[in-house]
Amino acid sequence: MMSWLPENISIEGEEIDFLFYISYYLTVVVFILVAVAMGYFIIKYRARPGVKAKYTHGNNVLEILWTVIPTFILLVFILMTQTSWAKLKLAIPQNPRVRVEVTGKQFNWIVRYPGDDGKFGTKDDLVLDNQLNVPVNKQVFIALKGADVIHSFFVPQARMKQDVVPGRTIPLWFTPTKVGKYEIPCAELCGFGHSGMNGEFIVHSEEDYAKWRKKAWAEKDK
Amino acid sequence: MSETTADAHGAHDHHEGGFWSTYVFSLDHKMIARQFLWLGLIMMVVGGMLALIFRWQLAWPETQVWGFEWISDESEGMPEGYVTPNFYNMAVTMHATIMVFLVVMPILVGCFGNFLIPLMIGARDMAFPVLNMLSFWVAVLGAVIMTAGFFVEGGHAAAGWTGYAPLSTVPEYSGVFMGQTLWALSLFVLSFSSLMGSINYITTLINMRTEGMTWFRVPLVVWSLFVTAILGLLALPILGSAGAMMIFDRVFETNFFNPAKGGEPLLWQHLFWYFGHPEVYILILPGMGIASELLPVYCRKPIFGYRAMVYAMLAIAFLSWIVWGHHMFQSGMNPALGSAFMMTTLVIAIPSAIKTFNWLGTLWGGSIRFTVPMLHALAFVILFVIGGLSGIFMASNVVDIYIHDTYFIVAHFHYVIFGGSVFALFGGIQHWFPKMFGRSMDEALGKVHFWLTFIFFNMVFFPMHILGVGGHMRRIYNPLQYEFLQGMQPINVMITLSALALGLSQIPFVFNFFATVFRWNAKWFRVLTQAVSGLVVGFIGYKSAAVMFEGLMEPEASTGGRIVGTIVFVALTVWIYRYLEKNMAPLGADAPQNPWDANTLEWVAPTPAPHGNFGPTLPVVRRGPYEYSVPGESADWAPQTEAIDPKYAEAGH
Repeated sequence: MMSWLPENISIEGEEIDFLFYISYYLTVVVFILVAVAMGYFIIKYRARPGVKAKYTHGNNVLEILWTVIPTFILLVFILMTQTSWAKLKLAIPQNPRVRVEVTGKQFNWIVRYPGDDGKFGTKDDLVLDNQLNVPVNKQVFIALKGADVIHSFFVPQARMKQDVVPGRTIPLWFTPTKVGKYEIPCAELCGFGHSGMNGEFIVHSEEDYAKWRKKAWAEKDK
Repeated sequence: MSETTADAHGAHDHHEGGFWSTYVFSLDHKMIARQFLWLGLIMMVVGGMLALIFRWQLAWPETQVWGFEWISDESEGMPEGYVTPNFYNMAVTMHATIMVFLVVMPILVGCFGNFLIPLMIGARDMAFPVLNMLSFWVAVLGAVIMTAGFFVEGGHAAAGWTGYAPLSTVPEYSGVFMGQTLWALSLFVLSFSSLMGSINYITTLINMRTEGMTWFRVPLVVWSLFVTAILGLLALPILGSAGAMMIFDRVFETNFFNPAKGGEPLLWQHLFWYFGHPEVYILILPGMGIASELLPVYCRKPIFGYRAMVYAMLAIAFLSWIVWGHHMFQSGMNPALGSAFMMTTLVIAIPSAIKTFNWLGTLWGGSIRFTVPMLHALAFVILFVIGGLSGIFMASNVVDIYIHDTYFIVAHFHYVIFGGSVFALFGGIQHWFPKMFGRSMDEALGKVHFWLTFIFFNMVFFPMHILGVGGHMRRIYNPLQYEFLQGMQPINVMITLSALALGLSQIPFVFNFFATVFRWNAKWFRVLTQAVSGLVVGFIGYKSAAVMFEGLMEPEASTGGRIVGTIVFVALTVWIYRYLEKNMAPLGADAPQNPWDANTLEWVAPTPAPHGNFGPTLPVVRRGPYEYSVPGESADWAPQTEAIDPKYAEAGH
């Protein structure tokens, strides 16, 4: 199953993949145990002439065991998940290196980059449709906004997904680790154009990012 | 209903009061149960067809759907058989809405709840027969409103079955006008139907258990329906209110959910899922109950851990109220809430695990009879295990960041609702059919239906896990629009081919059902049944062989594929035809009173059960429901009305 996961390209994605693998191994092992037991019982205890079923109403020791063991496993799993969740969602970065504002609007991602002043809403902002450019290995902080209905910002390779809700600004941050071109599909049904609402996510090397900025602002001023 | 009439006319009583009061506005819980069954089965055809249409679009995007080319090119939805994006969204939305509210709920809760509760607790009818009748006809009204939505301008609701606002509440955002309003109105009406049913079930169970039917002698399926009714009583008003608010937003321009005018879109999600998560358990608890009922009967053995089963259901019912936020981990609600909901969600896995282990314990040491109902119960257990385990992925809010809104969740809930509820539903129909209609459905045809459904169910829904892990979003119209999904398109094609096979697999069931209800046993009809079932299997075999030969993406089979396919086709057709010829019993023959040698009270009543269910006196219960293979008794079963050796009385309640 793991080979079906797309290649991961973010630091946060490693955290998510790790818990995915844990869930995967845990559930596969439990499934095999249950399936084997069930298959064995089905064959062994099929009706045969002269063999009567056991008359039993249960076993309290077993009931306690199969309550306590799953509880224990799930508690460990809860703790691991909570630790990761706190890291990924609760610790909002104070000084991110790159700030962008992405607005979901039927059926586009409108990306606003601050100019050299680092502030949004000033004259030197750059606005692009469906193209998010970031440098590699830098934490990216995205302020997600919605203009009409609910959308969901999704970068599969970075394992990042966050619903975009009109009327709110929702923070999302991650650190891409690999240069390349990826996609930003919308993951929440947003109307007849939902399918195909897709942006480009371009991770540049440090130098390329600087070049891109220069070129983009030059084109804008023209 | 007067008891004297019931007694005097016995089994033929239901022919009494004329056509209208017997078949249409009946007050008899058994007739109302059958009415719910018909309603659910008819809507299942509609829901299934919608699924096949959108599956076609997903496998072969923007091609003419086979069989629909005749539609005029002026059509809004499917001009010349091409699926438009809005029609696709509508099909997805309505498939789910119909299957949840007009198939699984009417059959599992409406039909089985009505049929089983009075019969199994030794009551003559429901506490409020008129309310019961109203509950059905209000459901029909809801179904009519829901169906009407297909015919209005702008099409039916297309905002997903979850109807997220503001897409669903501001018509300009979706281009859907009347349809979405009718959708909300229908849910509003349906919530009343369920509410009436719930009140009836709860009252009947508390007040009308026969002498000796203590709470811990109540069969588990009735327990499950009781817990379901409590959930329904508390959850459906929330759906009704949310539906009303949606109507207000759409028609009277209030702005509960519209952020552009100061509303709050997340409020809809909170309301919907606060109803929606108990609803999930409304859909699965009766399935669990049916499985818990069938396993002991066909294992000839008491259920393992009866009390643990009851407590687990009560725990699920309680916990189901505090997990709704796990649908909203990525919704933008405070992430700290996500932590809390992650914990409660993983806790609710524990009672489900307890139930699974107890089902395994019931199999252990049994004397298992592999009848069609039992095959469905066994399928229920293993498919529910898969559905439960895949839930762990989404319950972890961290993994959910990636998995959310992908095909992984689609796979998960189909394993629970189709693999769980619907398999239980088929098993339950075949098990209680003799009591419901006085005739037994055919076992051989049932086996053909079971195996086809089991195989193709898994071939449809298992690969969806893989799509989900690959990042495939749900509810997208055309996966080929995304570069990262293109490599997985063969999986989509395989799923669609399997879905078509799954649809065809229901044909033997349709034959079985109608032949039994209407006693069609003429020679020519039997031959037709054998031939059609054989051809279904043969055709599926032909296509499978062609696919193995050519791969999934080749539309036309080559000569080699055709030759192999034809051989497979002939072999399978002949095999199934002859298997049925040899093994099909007379279709629609009268069923014995207790065909499965089961203990519970419905089998004490005559077959078919008359108005008033039992003879002049109500049965008195003297033992628990699952006392099978009691040492020292000559038969391996005895009705609940028989006294049990005091030595075993304590253990078995």
